[in-house]
Amino acid sequence: MSMQVAKTLDLKGLSCPLPIVKTAQAIKELASGELLEALATDPGSVADFKAWCSSTGNELVEQTEQDGVYRFVIRKK
Amino acid sequence: MSVEEATLAVPAHQHEEHPKHKKLVIIAWSGELDKVWPQMILATTGAAMGMDVTVFFTFWGLFALVKDEKHITGENWMQKMVALLDRPGMEHLRLSKMNFAGAGPAMMEKLAKEHNVASPAELLKMAVDMGVKLVPCQMTMDLLGLKREDMIDGLGEPAGATAMLMEAQDAITLFI
Repeated sequence: MSMQVAKTLDLKGLSCPLPIVKTAQAIKELASGELLEALATDPGSVADFKAWCSSTGNELVEQTEQDGVYRFVIRKK
Repeated sequence: MSVEEATLAVPAHQHEEHPKHKKLVIIAWSGELDKVWPQMILATTGAAMGMDVTVFFTFWGLFALVKDEKHITGENWMQKMVALLDRPGMEHLRLSKMNFAGAGPAMMEKLAKEHNVASPAELLKMAVDMGVKLVPCQMTMDLLGLKREDMIDGLGEPAGATAMLMEAQDAITLFI
């Protein structure tokens, strides 16, 4: 499935709260409806991205894990 | 209406996943590295979640906002005592446990770098960039003989307990 990602954010190696803080800063540059792809290695980010999306109203479109890298695709509200 | 119907008839707003509180007020009372850190983590995270965040720095918490090069020289012997006991500034914070005369914080800093954990100083800068309101307690400043020019940039106007409690009325409040 090819979804057009507007921006990819490399958050690999970063620990709480940086993945979320940097995502919040990055998504500001996107237009409503555009997709942000975030790649993280912090296992805590799985719960954090879910919570952040539900609190900010941005939509968590996709969430996968491969070789310890968590990939989140978020549609900006 | 049967019990079952009543249970199902949940008002629409209760399905709302967005947090009830969109405001976070942190009373930053502690000045130790391992407490300033969570103050800054929660402040930046709250801002990232779109919350309106205010951090009120009082007593030892205020030390984190003092410029690193500033020594409290004090105008009287009591203020001088405070200066002797503890040096203010983000770079001089102690640990509440395992301080080991400064070896603990140095070790913690090394660990944080290895694990890519942002330091409290970095988080403080981010907090300012993200619009977190940093409010120094006027009374503590007076008590320690600190002036605006002794404090880091990016702070709001010094305030008192009343202003802070007003701000906290419709907010989640944390005392750290």
